[in-house]
Amino acid sequence: MTADRTLFTPRVYLGGGVMLGVLLVSLLSLPWTLSATSAFYYDGQAGEMVRHGPTWSPAGWFGYDTLGRSILGRCLLGGSISLTVGIAAAVVAVFLGTTVGLLAGYTGGWVDAVLMRVVDVMYGLPYILLVILFKIALETPMTVLFERLQHGQWFSSAQAANLVVMFLSIGLVSWLTMARVVRGQVLALRGLPFIEAARALGMPRRRIFLRHVLPNLVGPITVYATLTVPGAILQESFLSFLGVGVRLPLPTWGSLASDGVAALTPVRFYWWMLLFPCLLLMAALLGLNFLGDGLRDVLDPKKDAGKL
Amino acid sequence: MMRLIAYRLLQLPLILAIIYVITFLLVWVAPGDPFAGERNIDPAVVENLKKTFHADSALGFLTYYPVQILLHGNFGQSMQYKEWTVNDIIRSALPVSVLLGLVAMTIATTVGVFIGTMAAVRRGGVVDWLSLSVALIGISLPSFVMAALLLMLSASGPLQGVFAVGRFDRPIDVLLPGVALALAPMAYIARLTRVSMLDVLSSDFVRTARAKGLGRSPIIWKHCLKNAILPVLSYLGPAAAYTLTGSFVVEKVFNIPGLGQHFVNSVLNRDRTLILGVVLVYSAFVLVFNLLVDLAYGLVDPRIDLGGAQ
Repeated sequence: MTADRTLFTPRVYLGGGVMLGVLLVSLLSLPWTLSATSAFYYDGQAGEMVRHGPTWSPAGWFGYDTLGRSILGRCLLGGSISLTVGIAAAVVAVFLGTTVGLLAGYTGGWVDAVLMRVVDVMYGLPYILLVILFKIALETPMTVLFERLQHGQWFSSAQAANLVVMFLSIGLVSWLTMARVVRGQVLALRGLPFIEAARALGMPRRRIFLRHVLPNLVGPITVYATLTVPGAILQESFLSFLGVGVRLPLPTWGSLASDGVAALTPVRFYWWMLLFPCLLLMAALLGLNFLGDGLRDVLDPKKDAGKL
Repeated sequence: MMRLIAYRLLQLPLILAIIYVITFLLVWVAPGDPFAGERNIDPAVVENLKKTFHADSALGFLTYYPVQILLHGNFGQSMQYKEWTVNDIIRSALPVSVLLGLVAMTIATTVGVFIGTMAAVRRGGVVDWLSLSVALIGISLPSFVMAALLLMLSASGPLQGVFAVGRFDRPIDVLLPGVALALAPMAYIARLTRVSMLDVLSSDFVRTARAKGLGRSPIIWKHCLKNAILPVLSYLGPAAAYTLTGSFVVEKVFNIPGLGQHFVNSVLNRDRTLILGVVLVYSAFVLVFNLLVDLAYGLVDPRIDLGGAQ
């Protein structure tokens, strides 16, 4: 359980490094990629369909898309949006999953039974249906809310609401595994002597909970949180492909890849529109998966099935 | 064993009923109206439509459709495609999706287990690296990209003319979509097999079998695989669910008239009858498949006592 034993295996370094690099570059470039007048965003757009491959100008390293926008700029902006959606969805999932798992595991009895049956039923429902349902249900109230708030200089209120709805609805379907893992861990912890000792000493329930149970859950929670992020990014890319993802013109890696797929014709192959978003997406997902697996090696040595 | 099967089979309708009610509630509270078209329809017409579809009140809906399903196996008319019944839609789409899912699952398990085993046997060798790269691509490349690349291959590459492009004519046309769909579960299965195989290969009975002069391949494929396959088995349930719902993306790329499109479109159209039909069929499939997987546990490893666990 203690982290100092083998913390920071090469895998953690590699995954964390890749992730941090992609995240930093895409976030630092936001002022350029978000401004409509910068060369990164609209260079070469002259009212006609402009497609040309990689060139040796900074904005043109990755080539241009069908509207003459620089793929590099789109990829960087898409990266920060994909990662934001992924991380925020994971935060939602971790919060929900941990709460439900803790409640179910620690309270036991009928609360446990009801909560776990809810998890079972949600597992039985097709997730794509749930995501779209949540999205439909949340869209209107969120848009109204953001129109009230009314201060976006980069995003319009509809776009901001759409982003929030995206990560909320992905998070709302991704917490199930988390809840099961946390519940299992709590059940295992509850039977251990030190918890029993704390109870025998007359420690209040809430204090046992906060001081003794919760700290022991940090390991598995961190691991599954890290592994939820790539899943959420991938789900967003599927939704983008189906046309129900983050609203255009804001790009995500998923929507860029599906644009690339749309530009894939037997007549001419605009390879740069597909290759670069896919490479970035793969690098980020691999980085996150490596990070999660590495952390699992360190924090949760028993569970080594299925790692890369 | 028989008692377990009976128990699980009896549980099945109950779980399906709960899933039905919960899906209905979700669909009912979701904003939007299945009868609101692009044109302005006379409110009286909408009223009438709602009456004919028993959709004017939640109670009316819940007292009509479940009874119909139980008595006649009839899911009712689709609210969006009004001249179709949900049964017709499912009957035409389900076989295609099941075929695609079966092809994908077969490819994923056979190739995945084979690659995983070979990777474990020749640790650090070429196959090991191959399995790692398959796993890397499988977990990090969205299936629609893979599907599109395969579609390109069948349209202009060396495979030109072998498969129909963007159509579904013959059963063999599901092969390429099957490969695209299989990649993610295959990657996972390969790595699962590799990890548990490595464990098994270093156990005592393998050494004993070798010492008694048993050949390499019977040890690996008969003795070790049987012990190493359990984690793969437990993953098959989620994998089946993935291939059934995950297929919507692949079906869209290859233009296959399967069930996947209805998962998305029915929700976007608020087509309540179709949503409920599709969800029930999907859940029934997943539940039965999980039951089969649990039964297979007992066959592969007789030490696992399923009856006692209940």
